[in-house]
Amino acid sequence: MEHFFSVLGIWLGVLFTFAIFSFLYKDNPVYKVAEQIFVGLSAGYWFVYTIYFILIPNLFDPLINDFAGNWIKLIPAVLGIMMLMRLMPKTGWVSRFPIALVIGTTSGVFFLRYLKSDVINQLTATMMNPFTGGDWVVIIGQIMLIVGTLTGVIYFYFSKKHEGAFGATAKVGIYFLMISFGAAFGYTAMARISLLIGRLQFLLGDWLGIISP
Amino acid sequence: MSENIKKKQIDRRWIFLLLFISVALPLIFVIGFPIETTENARLVYGLIEQTPKGSKVIISFDYDPASKPELHPMGKALMKHCFDRDIKVIVTALWPMGVQMAEDIYSDLKDNYPDKKYGEDYVNMGYKAGGIVTIQAMGKNFRDIFPQDMNGTSIDELPILDGINNFDNLGFVFALSAGDPGIKQWVQIAHDTFGRPVSGGVTGVSAPAVIPYVNQQQQLIGLLAGLKGAAEYELLTKTPGTATKGMDAQSVAHLIIIIFIIMGNINYWRNKKAEKKGVE
Repeated sequence: MEHFFSVLGIWLGVLFTFAIFSFLYKDNPVYKVAEQIFVGLSAGYWFVYTIYFILIPNLFDPLINDFAGNWIKLIPAVLGIMMLMRLMPKTGWVSRFPIALVIGTTSGVFFLRYLKSDVINQLTATMMNPFTGGDWVVIIGQIMLIVGTLTGVIYFYFSKKHEGAFGATAKVGIYFLMISFGAAFGYTAMARISLLIGRLQFLLGDWLGIISP
Repeated sequence: MSENIKKKQIDRRWIFLLLFISVALPLIFVIGFPIETTENARLVYGLIEQTPKGSKVIISFDYDPASKPELHPMGKALMKHCFDRDIKVIVTALWPMGVQMAEDIYSDLKDNYPDKKYGEDYVNMGYKAGGIVTIQAMGKNFRDIFPQDMNGTSIDELPILDGINNFDNLGFVFALSAGDPGIKQWVQIAHDTFGRPVSGGVTGVSAPAVIPYVNQQQQLIGLLAGLKGAAEYELLTKTPGTATKGMDAQSVAHLIIIIFIIMGNINYWRNKKAEKKGVE
């Protein structure tokens, strides 16, 4: 029985892979059916997962087993219910309170964390003697890091007209930005091809058995 | 763009077909292009090599099947490396499907490591919602956040978690991350707040945003980026797997993309020149 379901799983995987790939030729009903099934399954999976792996262990179980020690969990529970009021037009305004709380808390937490990790620590990492490190490749890399950071920041300084020496520096900054965009595109291309490789390894290995999975 | 130029363009379906073939053929007929390791992959390898035997580490599986081709080979090679080095692995997941991803790898490996016992050398603590807030709470009191593992076994009955009350007694944290929440949050909390070494593996798409954390501040100790990063790590650990097998296909596909970009640019300049001539 286990083998039957394993084989069935592979065949369903193959069917849906081809159904989704068929969109590359042109939009068609088979693709649409596969897409709708995927969306429906995902929504259903998330709904069940939220109940069994988030609400029951984090809210219902603690409240049932030790209400006195966990009554504070009623506060997020009430806020959650207030959020659901959004589903009804007449009571939709109630959801603004938990949303405001979430936004306020998130921005407070994130401001501090991002300031430390993405601003202070990143700036500190740029403040170095570029000529240390021994290897000339490392030295060039460190010089590029400092020049790229400075000129990149100057490009985003808009309170002074980009002309003369300032404009030239900003132009160097945009070249650095363009190179980084190119690198990002390269990584994106690699990631997408990797997904295709993953699917083909499934088709050629798990399904057809031409290659070892 | 004029209709004339549009008519000269290749039907994009031919490109799709060519890419499909260029990826499929190298998977069947192995070419064996050489794989060079980068400093970032060597840093990750060095971190595991320098971690004392018997240390406990967190590997966070923050991805789902959509990123499996890139991150799963990393996870497998890393867990194997940890078992080889006698490092005890505590699995957490900030993504719900991360739990299954870790279990998939463990079930693949456990036959090769009959001496490794669940609860002593490996444990899966399951999924926790909350992202950055959860990590922060783990740093204050790990046992409050994970009172039991994914099977419902109490944390007090799991020997691997003896003495683990926060991040203090951990060798390092390794995040296999496909987005948010993920490696960025681990850097912000585990390293920048609690000062623990953090390393990780990410998808190719998110790599450019994460690489700056590998810096003199050692916010990240090395980084495995995409399928290439996974293949490099497989090479370093001498365990060729799906990432190594996929690199031939990756290289051929990149070559095809580069050829098409060059062709597109040549065509663009020729059309521009022709249009200019037409106006004159």
